[in-house]
Amino acid sequence: MPIAHTPTAVPVVVDEAKCIADKGCTVCVDVCPLDVLRISDLTGKAYMKYDECWYCMPCETDCPTGAVTVNIPYLLR
Amino acid sequence: MDEIKSGLTEVVCDILVIGGGTAGPMAAYKAKRHSPGARVVLLEKANVKRSGAIAMGMDGLNNAVVPGYATPEQYTKEITIANDGICDQAPVYKYASRCFEIIQELDGFGIKFQKNENGDFDVKKVHHLGSYVLPMPNGDTVKKALYRQLRREKVLISNRYMATRLLTGRDGQIAGAIAVNTRSAEFLVLRAKTVILCAGAAGRLGLPQSGYLWGTYENATNSGDGYAMAYHAGAALANLECYQINPLIKDYNGPACAYVAGPFGAYTTNSEGNRFIECDYWSGQMMQEFYNELQSGKGPVFLKLNHLHSDTIGKIEAVLHQVERPSRGRFHENRGTNYRERMIEMHISEIGFCSGHSASGVYVDEFAHTTVPGLYAAGDMASVPHNYMLGAFTNGAVAGEHAAEVAANIDLADYDAADVDREQQRVLAATRREDGIPPNQLEYKTRRFVNDYLQPPKVTAKMKLGQARFAEIREDMESAMVVRDAHELMRSLEAASILDCAEMAAFASLFRTESRWGLYHHRVEYPEKNDDDWFCHSVLRKRDGRMTAEKRPVAPYIVPIDESERAAYDRQRIRQHA
Ligand SMILES: Cc1cc2nc3c(=O)[nH]c(=O)nc-3n(C[C@H](O)[C@H](O)[C@H](O)COP(=O)(O)OP(=O)(O)OC[C@H]3O[C@@H](n4cnc5c(N)ncnc54)[C@H](O)[C@@H]3O)c2cc1C
Ligand code: SF4
Ligand code: SF4
Repeated sequence: MPIAHTPTAVPVVVDEAKCIADKGCTVCVDVCPLDVLRISDLTGKAYMKYDECWYCMPCETDCPTGAVTVNIPYLLR
Repeated sequence: MDEIKSGLTEVVCDILVIGGGTAGPMAAYKAKRHSPGARVVLLEKANVKRSGAIAMGMDGLNNAVVPGYATPEQYTKEITIANDGICDQAPVYKYASRCFEIIQELDGFGIKFQKNENGDFDVKKVHHLGSYVLPMPNGDTVKKALYRQLRREKVLISNRYMATRLLTGRDGQIAGAIAVNTRSAEFLVLRAKTVILCAGAAGRLGLPQSGYLWGTYENATNSGDGYAMAYHAGAALANLECYQINPLIKDYNGPACAYVAGPFGAYTTNSEGNRFIECDYWSGQMMQEFYNELQSGKGPVFLKLNHLHSDTIGKIEAVLHQVERPSRGRFHENRGTNYRERMIEMHISEIGFCSGHSASGVYVDEFAHTTVPGLYAAGDMASVPHNYMLGAFTNGAVAGEHAAEVAANIDLADYDAADVDREQQRVLAATRREDGIPPNQLEYKTRRFVNDYLQPPKVTAKMKLGQARFAEIREDMESAMVVRDAHELMRSLEAASILDCAEMAAFASLFRTESRWGLYHHRVEYPEKNDDDWFCHSVLRKRDGRMTAEKRPVAPYIVPIDESERAAYDRQRIRQHA
């Protein structure tokens, strides 16, 4: 069975202007319990790679520059 | 990151702790304190800094037995009654006797507990009979405080490793575990003299009504791996039909939360704004009344705070929107719900296994020892009922000390290399296919059928249909699941644990032909409690490769329960509404 991709609006948003992943920060990626954040090879900034969020907020709380915002996933908002 | 790499490393330690949420860090800390020279490994699927139910801290202890407010005897009695009599009291009594010492120790770590003007602990009444709820004003710092202690004691922490199977030696003694790196798929074989399972609840069993797989009450990392690993190692699991079902905010997967707001004067009501239950403490009997009200013309059900003073509500918000599930505030904001004006609509959660809140867990005695020699379990996945966070800490401590003591006097057991080989084949099978069914679809389908067929009220014919569907999903999982990176590999292994738990839930629920624990095990064809035949534990285990169930007598009570007290939790409904 071939696999298709279904679009989904992810709940976690990173303000790229504030994110300092290009200076070596990986805090949000390190702390996320569900391991759904990554640093993009393209932009050098953090982003939500997998739509598997518990909206628990360690990523937002621990980010040193306040770049992360956790929204409630649309399905239950 | 995430590409699948091959690799297998063997590590030798004395004590292996699996799961670094709440019970796990305490178990590792206590094991190291007991045997400073021992190698103690704490293995965690996520990152110990922010993992488990308490990733963002907790607002309070739900079951603190504090001298002056309650005695271990009173607590043991309350929990025995709340759990409908099916309770081996020894582990509950041990918990109740030791938990105050653990509170003091946590206090020493810098975690503060609320005190009144006289400097005494400010314990609140939420349970039906006694007072056990102790707020934590800096509850957001719990994880940091624990982490500091782990570093100080030089516990070896391995983050982002998911344990997949336990290893046992020829004589049945525990020999260690196999784990997979969640970002590279490399294997780790951990040999250990004793192993402590602290992998939390089976929280991704039922499907939240939103359909969002991750919108569970429990931290969604807790996919029931601990239950599945214990099962495959031949350990006994107790009373799995006593599901966890919690009253939550409708659509949002956190409590509203009566344990916090209740002591300030909030309470649960129906849509007419009337109380219908005597007590907001979570028990199966209370959940049955909650369910009945939801189904009646008086539903939905609400938490009412809008009669409270604005300043009081400010205090409640400061707790509920800061710790534990802080995104709760954002959820209310989106919906325009201000506690001052509107009641909070509530609903019931998906089903799960959890002894932290109910009583479904891996069977343990008062030393947190399972039925497999050298294997321990603590926290939500161990069978001590209504254990909550302080239970995870205290029984984690008990497990750590005992496991260290035993490890000091035995040798490593040899495992069978063929077991490791077989596990590698199982884990990697889905990575070797070019196309097929992705893990999220197998998981979704399993969990949808859990809702359709296993959720109470439980019906025999439905549960049997559920079993047939699960068998079909298992075939698909074994023949057609496809995984493309290491992250998906973790999800595929979780999907397998979830399917194991679904099968256990159906099997255990079919076994007990009576109703007990209110909504948790409401069997439509057997609506009554039947003490003559079923005043016992149901024990499930794998024997000769098959799932089996048997009865196990409840150990003679050490704290006697008067005939007149036994039904206290059955009287939940407020009289005028009965
Ligand atoms: C939303 C919420 C609110 C709560 N509120 C309260 C409260 O106010 N007061 C109270 O007393 N109790 C409360 N509880 C209950 C309490 O938090 C839990 O009972 C307790 O924290 C459970 O501890 P644990 O160690 O068993 O599980 P957790 O702390 O959840 O830890 C389990 C750990 O195991 C890890 N893990 C899982 N599978 C694997 C694997 N295969 N390999 C390696 N690691 C694995 C997980 O990543 C996790 O870190 C609440 C629970 C929840 C979910
Ligand atoms: S923690 Fe903040 S700054 Fe660091 S990588 Fe994440 S978003 Fe960027
Ligand atoms: S909210 Fe929690 S699960 Fe979601 S990305 Fe942040 S840390 Fe991860």
